[in-house]
Amino acid sequence: MNPYLPYPARIDDIIVETEDGNLKTFRLVLEDSNDREAWTHVPGQFAMLSIAGKGEIPIGIASSPTEKGHILFTVNRAGVVTTALHKMNVGDPIGVRGPLGNGFPVNSELKGKNIVIIAGGFAFTTLRATLIYMLEHRDDYGRITVIYGARTPGMLLYKDELTAWQQRDDLDVHITIDREAPGWTGLVGFVPTIAGQVKPSPENAAALICGPPIMIKFTMPPLEEVGWTDDQVYLSLENRMKCGLGVCGHCNVGPVYVCKDGPVFTRAQVQKLPVEF
Amino acid sequence: MSTVNEKITSEIREKVRELLASGHVAAFLGYTSGSVPMVMQPLIIRTPEDADRLEWNSFCVLNLANYLPALLKSFEPPRRPGDPPPEGPLPKVGVLATGCWSRNMVIQVQENQVDRDRVVVVGISSRGMVDRKKVLAAVGHRDVTAVYEYDHSLKVSGPGYEREINRWDVVRDNCRTCVHPDPVIFDHMIGDLKGERDVADRFRQVEDIEVLAPEDRWSWFSTEIASCIRCYACRNACPLCYCPTCFVDDSRPQWVGKSIDKADTAIFHILRAYHCAGRCTDCGSCESACPMGIKMRILTRKLQKDVLELYGAEAGMDMQSPPPLSTYKMDDPQDFILTESIKGEEK
Amino acid sequence: MKVLILDKAGFQDWLRALAGEFDIIGPAENTKGLLDWNKLEPGELPDFRPGLPKSSIKTFFFPQPETLLEFSARPGDDQAFRPHEPSEGRRARLLAGVRPCDARSVALNSMPYASDPYFLKNRENVAMVGLACTQGCSTCFCTWTGGSPVGSDGMDVMAYPLGDAFALEPVTGRGKDMLLKASSAREAAQEDLAALDALKASAPSSLPDAMDPASVLREKELMSLYNASFWQGLSESCLNCGTCTFLCPTCYCFDIQDETLKGKGRRIRYWDSCMFPLFTLHASGHNPRGEKVKRVRNRFMHKLKYFPDRFGPLSCVGCGRCVRDCPVNIDIRQVMKDLLAI
Repeated sequence: MNPYLPYPARIDDIIVETEDGNLKTFRLVLEDSNDREAWTHVPGQFAMLSIAGKGEIPIGIASSPTEKGHILFTVNRAGVVTTALHKMNVGDPIGVRGPLGNGFPVNSELKGKNIVIIAGGFAFTTLRATLIYMLEHRDDYGRITVIYGARTPGMLLYKDELTAWQQRDDLDVHITIDREAPGWTGLVGFVPTIAGQVKPSPENAAALICGPPIMIKFTMPPLEEVGWTDDQVYLSLENRMKCGLGVCGHCNVGPVYVCKDGPVFTRAQVQKLPVEF
Repeated sequence: MSTVNEKITSEIREKVRELLASGHVAAFLGYTSGSVPMVMQPLIIRTPEDADRLEWNSFCVLNLANYLPALLKSFEPPRRPGDPPPEGPLPKVGVLATGCWSRNMVIQVQENQVDRDRVVVVGISSRGMVDRKKVLAAVGHRDVTAVYEYDHSLKVSGPGYEREINRWDVVRDNCRTCVHPDPVIFDHMIGDLKGERDVADRFRQVEDIEVLAPEDRWSWFSTEIASCIRCYACRNACPLCYCPTCFVDDSRPQWVGKSIDKADTAIFHILRAYHCAGRCTDCGSCESACPMGIKMRILTRKLQKDVLELYGAEAGMDMQSPPPLSTYKMDDPQDFILTESIKGEEK
Repeated sequence: MKVLILDKAGFQDWLRALAGEFDIIGPAENTKGLLDWNKLEPGELPDFRPGLPKSSIKTFFFPQPETLLEFSARPGDDQAFRPHEPSEGRRARLLAGVRPCDARSVALNSMPYASDPYFLKNRENVAMVGLACTQGCSTCFCTWTGGSPVGSDGMDVMAYPLGDAFALEPVTGRGKDMLLKASSAREAAQEDLAALDALKASAPSSLPDAMDPASVLREKELMSLYNASFWQGLSESCLNCGTCTFLCPTCYCFDIQDETLKGKGRRIRYWDSCMFPLFTLHASGHNPRGEKVKRVRNRFMHKLKYFPDRFGPLSCVGCGRCVRDCPVNIDIRQVMKDLLAI
């Protein structure tokens, strides 16, 4: 099996997620039924999306392995490949190489725990995968709290699902936007502020935090205040990646490769590494 | 030992010690020797005690102007684009400068890379630097374990051999044809100014190639760059190359393929040379830094010759003369730039 | 199989006999008069002079570039992304006159590349005839890194110079088969074997004192090495060029890119260097190793700490090419000593 060879896939659906149009969710279907059946992943893993002639880009998998038959990727338009991807249409061929990385330990350390999911901006994608997975295996986890923020209501991802999650009584969901906006009746304030108000209990709990570095930095003090420790906090790192296999050298943070040893690390692990991400 | 180098070294140390001790400069950029014979290490010192680490000899081949903008910046408070310039005078730094290095500093001032008021130039009239590759060739590329420099010769030794080599025979091609060994700007001078050198056949190396048929010129060029490994030592050693993102590295759009491909390597060398047109002082850093012995300097030399012939200009000779390729004079050749009315050809 | 003795003419005949099976590549003068790896004509001997070829042998295992995939790049081609592995195979190659440090680099690179199909295929496809060093260079230090000037790791056949002739020892099964074609070889006599033993025993001591930095550095705390005060001064003279990484036999980082021409596309990987600022640049503009000091530190930390922590040995074979050709004399031996002193 050649790990550089992508699975042939097709774009099955495209959803424009945000008001600025810069975030789109691509629903991909692997072309070969064998590949489709064999595909499995862990929430928090990523894959390389391959566009012929443009190259590859690592993107977190936004769907849960329990969502069979297709794979979701929510992509921010930033570089050469993502710009090309944003111009593609339903039915267009694409390649998928993966799944890569470790993912969240949903079947080991996180099992039986109270889960706090904290996300900012478009970093919510693999946490959506994780949440869906946990809801499918609801009994494996304790209380689940979600704190998710975006700049404006129009910048929130997966809006329909957010509404549905807010209706559920087995889920504690806090959606916030940075500043007051017309028509918005929900929470207003930065994610760290809301985290400080929610004060999730650290008891038998794990927090999964994804967002801009600045958000993570300011989210830690309110958590630490109520007793959270670094080994309870899971982060997903990002770095420039090329091979996704821990070989090409681009994504190293000290001795670890974000692509292979990560992208998920506990904050305790990250604290022992150089700040090169 | 070379009495010339000893004298220069001790005068440099004395001057630099004084500049640092008095607080006149916050740092000084010079050279020290290292672990490999004939390879000197550019060195930044910040205390008067470190002045004794400075050394001068015939192997100071890299242009120190290359390090100047970053060194000056290291003393500036961090600032984002659009932020106002910092208030009050910023620390000065000192630097050694031969003729070509000082001309590059003039260009850096003209191109707003360096603030002249913040640089204390300690000038040295260059005797020409030695080409390590010529020395290695002279000893059959055997291992060299020691090189002693005398005023006019080098004693080179290695396992089982010792050779005395005439210094001028192994001086770099650019230095051998250099007309301006004296610094054009300086605040202090080590030794005397020597005046312009009278060089016959300054552009001989270029002319030898110019007379070839086009296909032979191409063949010369292709052979010359065949062993290029795209390490960009030539580019990175050049004080003219300061673009934040070089065209070879740019990915949006991508101008050049990044692997070893004949066409891509050719484009890199040709464009690199053209970017230096009218700016290159023939300091030879590119060639000295190249690990593969490529004579890419002949390309920039050709452009120098053209700029001199077409515009009568040599780069960085004084602060007042504007760079030849960013100005236009009515009697410049290639009048395609003129409108028809100016040319008097309007129908 | 026994040790064989082959004189130069016999060596030449042997290589000629192997030319049917292999493209033979060995150290020879290039157009610049520098010793480098060149294709040898059938019967041409590699240049046996002391010293290392300019380039390492990594290009034969990790080509610059390597085609990973091929695909159609015709606009509107519905099958555009059904890429396939490159169809064209390479002829088997024999590297003749490989020094022990270079051969050892292949074994070290095999650690990160353990499941890389291209690297493994190239490894299968390249045979190596080693040449023991009887004389060190002023810039080399294989004994610091776990190597030996007479080491045969990675070789198929090892050649030891004995006067005007060579003692040849098979190292692998492939090496044994290759030696069957050495028709004019004679079996080593008692005195040949004695001379060979003497050579093996004396060669390492001609190099600087052996030490074992890998085991010491593995024990040291990561961040205390990372935060050492010497990095800033070390990086100040660095040009941030790729000379060290590209000449280094154990620098194996790469970039991947698609190239398209006239309806055909290929995905290639090619050498990249952690010395270059773009190596780590995010699409957002953020650069985790934006400053030169971080890049210089990363290269040495990778070779001397990160790699040993992961795989055991240093990612360095002590060939000294970086020492020899760094334009500003940054010397990994000094960096090693500085790290060991922490």
